[in-house]
This record gives sequence, C-alpha cells and structure tokens, in this order.
Amino acid sequence: MAAAPQQNKIVRWIDHRLPIFTFMQHELNEYPTPRNLSYWWNFGSLSGIMLVIMIVTGVFLAMQYTPNVNMAFDSVERIMRDVNFGWLLRYLHMNGASFFFIVVYVHLFRGLYYGSYKEPRELLWMLGVVILLLMMATAFMGYVLPWGQMSFWGAKVITSLFSAIPVVGDSIVRWLWGGFSVDNPTLNRFFSLHYLLPFVIVGVVVLHLVALHQHGSNNPLGIDRKGPQDSIPFHPYYTVKDMFGLGVFLIIYAAFVFYMPNALGDPQNYVQANPMQTPLEIVPEWYFLPFYAILRSVPDILFIPAKLAGVLCLFGAIGVLFFLPWLDTSRVRSARFRPVYKWVFWLLVIDVAVLGYCGAHRPEGWFILAGRLSTLYYFVHFIILFPVIGWLERPLPLPTSIAAAVTRKGGAPLGAASPMEKH
Amino acid sequence: MRALALAVALFALAVVPAGAQEETPLPKQSWSFDGPFGTYDRAAAQRGFQVYEEVCSHCHSMNLLHYRDLEGIGYSEDEIKAIAAAQQVTDGPNDQGEMYQRPGRPSDAFVPPFANPEAARAALNGALPPDLSLIIKAREGGPDYVDGLLQGYKNPPAGMKMADNMQYNEYFTGHQIAMPPPLAGDDVKFADGTKATLTQEAHDVATFLTWASEPTMEERKFTGAKVLIFLLVMTGVLYGAKRQIWAAVH
Repeated sequence: MAAAPQQNKIVRWIDHRLPIFTFMQHELNEYPTPRNLSYWWNFGSLSGIMLVIMIVTGVFLAMQYTPNVNMAFDSVERIMRDVNFGWLLRYLHMNGASFFFIVVYVHLFRGLYYGSYKEPRELLWMLGVVILLLMMATAFMGYVLPWGQMSFWGAKVITSLFSAIPVVGDSIVRWLWGGFSVDNPTLNRFFSLHYLLPFVIVGVVVLHLVALHQHGSNNPLGIDRKGPQDSIPFHPYYTVKDMFGLGVFLIIYAAFVFYMPNALGDPQNYVQANPMQTPLEIVPEWYFLPFYAILRSVPDILFIPAKLAGVLCLFGAIGVLFFLPWLDTSRVRSARFRPVYKWVFWLLVIDVAVLGYCGAHRPEGWFILAGRLSTLYYFVHFIILFPVIGWLERPLPLPTSIAAAVTRKGGAPLGAASPMEKH
Repeated sequence: MRALALAVALFALAVVPAGAQEETPLPKQSWSFDGPFGTYDRAAAQRGFQVYEEVCSHCHSMNLLHYRDLEGIGYSEDEIKAIAAAQQVTDGPNDQGEMYQRPGRPSDAFVPPFANPEAARAALNGALPPDLSLIIKAREGGPDYVDGLLQGYKNPPAGMKMADNMQYNEYFTGHQIAMPPPLAGDDVKFADGTKATLTQEAHDVATFLTWASEPTMEERKFTGAKVLIFLLVMTGVLYGAKRQIWAAVH
C-alpha cells in the first residue's frame, strides 16, 4: 500500500512516526465499497453516531446526576428544571435510547434480509450480536437510574429472573442486588456499570469495524466484488450519502426530542420509586417488549418450570442469532434471489411486531395464545425454517457482477436495480 | 415504502401500552400549550396558581418548585417576593443551634402542607395526597386527566359499595378516590375578575400544573423550531451534494 501523497511537511513528519494519515487514506479514501449500496446501508453509521450522541449526553448528565435512592429522582428533575439546557441533554439521552434501538433493529433486519451474516462475515455478525446484548444491558440499567416507579419495578422483575436458576438462583439475585432488595447498592452499581458498558461497546464496535473492513460491505445483490468496476471509494461517495441519511434521521429524532419527548416513555416513571406500592402494570420500554412477551408466554415445558423456561427462551432468543451463519444453509446471500426466503423474512418482521404487541398487554385472553404462537414461530423461524428453506429453495440466477447488474437498467429480470434504489 | 412500514410498526409498538385498561374516556380539551407553537396562557396559569394556593395547597405539596420559578408564568420579582414572604419557612440551625421560623424568600421551595407523609396520613383519614409537581406528566392523559378528575365527581352507580371516606369519581382508576371534591365553583375570587366556575377553575389549575410539570416547554419548542429549520436546510444542501457527487456513478 503506497503511502498517501502528503504535501504538508508536518503531516509527513507525523505520518512517518504515527501513520494515522495513511490509515485514514486507506480506510476512507481507498476503502473500496460496492457501488450499489442502498439506503438500508446507512443504518450502520447511524448506529455509530447514536452511540457517540449517547456517550456525550450521558457524560454531561452524569455531572449533575446523583446515584442515591433518596436523591436520584430529584436530581433528574433538577437537570430538567435548573441546569442550563439540562432538559435538552436529558431528552436527547432518553429518546436517544429509543432511536438507538430503532436504528440498530433496522440494521439487524437489513443484515437478515441480505444475508450479511454469511461467509466470510460470520464473526462480523456475531460481534454485532455481542453489541446488541451489551446495549440491552446498558439500556436496562440506564432506565433504572431516574428511580421512578417503572425504574424500580422493572429492575426488580428483571433481576428476579435470575432466581429461576436452580440451586444458586437466589444467591445470584442477592449478589446482583447487593442486599436483600433492590436498593441503594443496586442503584450505585447500575450507575457504575451504565457508565462503563458504553465504552466496552465502543471496543466491540472497533472490532466490528475491523471485521467489516477485512472483506468490505455486503450489498443488495449479495455477490462479491469482482473488480474495480464493482466498487467506488468510501469517500466521498458514502460519506456524503451517510451524511444526507444522518440529516433525515436527525430531523425525525429532533421532532421527538423537541415536540413529543415523552411519547415513547411511561408516565409511571415520573412517579418516584416506591417499594411499597406496585404499579398496576409493569412494562419495559418498547424496545424490550418482544423479549418481554417471550418471557411471559412460555408455559411449563416438561420438567422445566415456566419461569425458568421463560428465562431460557428470553436468552435463547438472542443466543440463536449467534448460530445464524450455520443455521442458514442457503449459499445465496441476498433475499432478492431467494424466492421463498424473501417472503418468510417478512413473517419474522410481523412475528416480532406481534410479540411486541403482546408484550405491552397483560397475558390474558387471546394474548396468551398469540404470545405463545408468536414465541413458537420465532424459534421455528430460525431453527427449522432457516435450514429447511436453504435446502429446498431454488435460488434465482445471480448476476455475473455488480457492475453488470447495475448498468443493465430497466429490463433486468433480476430485480437488480440502480445503486440509488429506494424501497 | 418498506422503511415507512417498519417505522410505523415500531412506533405502533411504542404507543400500544397506553390504553391498557377500560375507563370512561377523558374529554379532550383544547389547551393554550397544545401543538408545536403552543405556549402557556400566563393569565390562566396565574389563576391556576391562585387555585393551588387557596385550595390544593392545604393538602398537596409541590416539592420540586421554588417561588422564583413563578417568574415563568409572568409574576414580577416583587410579586414573587410577596408570595414567598406570606409563607413561614423553617430555617437553621442558627448560632444557638436552634431551628427558627422566617418569612419565605424567592429561592425557597414551595412550603409543603405537612412535615412528612405520616403527618399527612394522620390528618387525612390515612390517605396520602400525591405531590403535584409532576402530576401532569405522571398520569396518562396529562392535563385532560386532571381537568376531568376535578370535575368527575358523581354519585356512585346504584349497587356499588363505597369504602369508608371514599368518593366516586368517573375518571379515577377503580372509581374510588379518597380526595373529597376539592372544587365546586366560586372557591376563589380571581384577581383578574374572571368568573370562577368549576370548569374555569379546573381548566386553569390544569394549565398551572402543566407548566409546573414542564416549565422549560416553551424554551424547548422555540429551540426545536430553530434546530429543525437548521436541519432541514442542512439536509437539503447535503441532498444536493449527494446528487452532485453521485452523478458520475449513475
């Protein structure tokens, strides 16, 4: 790799000792990217930007927040009322969590649709699942910090899950709490970990990017780049496309932050935590609802009690994602060339939406049945349909190259479209 | 289209928890602070504060508010000083090590009616009146709920057995509320001469409480307009840049 032609003497001096300019040249200006990425590919960089927004707003919030059961709630309100632009920081952070999950979920489903988890991107995908798990832990602990009613009872319900583990369960719960109930030690450690985990996420994101840059982005056609005619440099093409996408995203995000900042939250969390009074409904934030539905839907399975079975399925729902690269037996990546999977993919989207809907309601009446069926389908989708469809499906012929597919506009029977394609 | 469908699905999930239980639907009121350009009606908020002072504050605290905050609904510095000075605040200890009473200052928090929850319960048949600082944000329906609740007292339906010291209220969860009807109309004499009907009092106090829940709302909406204008222009320019740069690739 030839060093970048650096004109500036100082730049050359630095680069000779610490090759950051060469690195940037290599990873941005020369980094070859498929020329046909659609706007679905914006959500990776959006996730990274959300992570930065969350860390920056979070660091400033932590300067004013007090992690003590008697002061936490009031300190958050002090941020809202008395700290200059405190309301902005707090609403950016609070709604940021929701938008971070929206962006990451779209990113994940994009990977599922276009087979981005397949050879040679298995580790890239698995690192993504690790990031998702870390995000969930971080979001859960962050939600506890304002010490509202839902913070407290959510913390109680979720930490109590570990009591389902046979023999050592109760000891684990006490160890997590740092006492015999959710109390000040719990709040303190959650604050500490909530501050720590985002930086762990940054570390895993770096690995995620290293793995990405090894083979480059997948693309809507799911075929490899075969030569220079198939790719364009990341900069300026995708920097400008990502920036434009960021603009659109920020408009929606800002609309929520400035005009409906509490639309995605629960009013109960504006009531200070009261260990003596259980709210009528304990519901997590929307981004956890599908998992909450799985937890509550699972009945006794043989000798496994419902609670333990629910917990196992809850973790299994994420765990199964680690095995996707091997559960999917189709060698074709993009659903565009998979006539059966293309439709089955949408069943999963609907299934997760149904799960979310069930998670928001008490498991009564038909919600029980809907919850159980959609939980069952979730696992059937990955464990049975994924391998079976791969075996039985006859994929459509793949285009010979990205450039060939892209330049043959219009009458192409492949559904392959221009790089500007919007869905 | 798919993006839109997905977004709709995701937001649908978020909105779902709202209507979890069947209740009498709240009448939707029109508020001065509705919509992206809505602001607090200062006169209504001041009347609402008067209702709070003269009626609600006998039982309900507003611990998150300070007298200085009242500037936000248009009171002048002198008016605020007078409002604060009308209250006795416990301060200290002094150099003798004793607590003492002094007139309130603008920097003081609203003086609560009871020293602690136990005192409140002892005085009020065991019921604990909630703090009102955040009541609008802490209830489904917000200002509509408070407005409805204050006017929602009815005779219990035939056959319904009421517990001791409980009142029937249409909009309260379970319909049995410990708070006796706080307003009946003509509970206060409004300084600005507005007729103090029950509807007027309820509407004004809900306006005041909404301001108390979210005193930075006007700043938020105003900042939001500037941010959105900036973002729209920036995104437009970026779209142009994107078209320009990609023109060669197409």
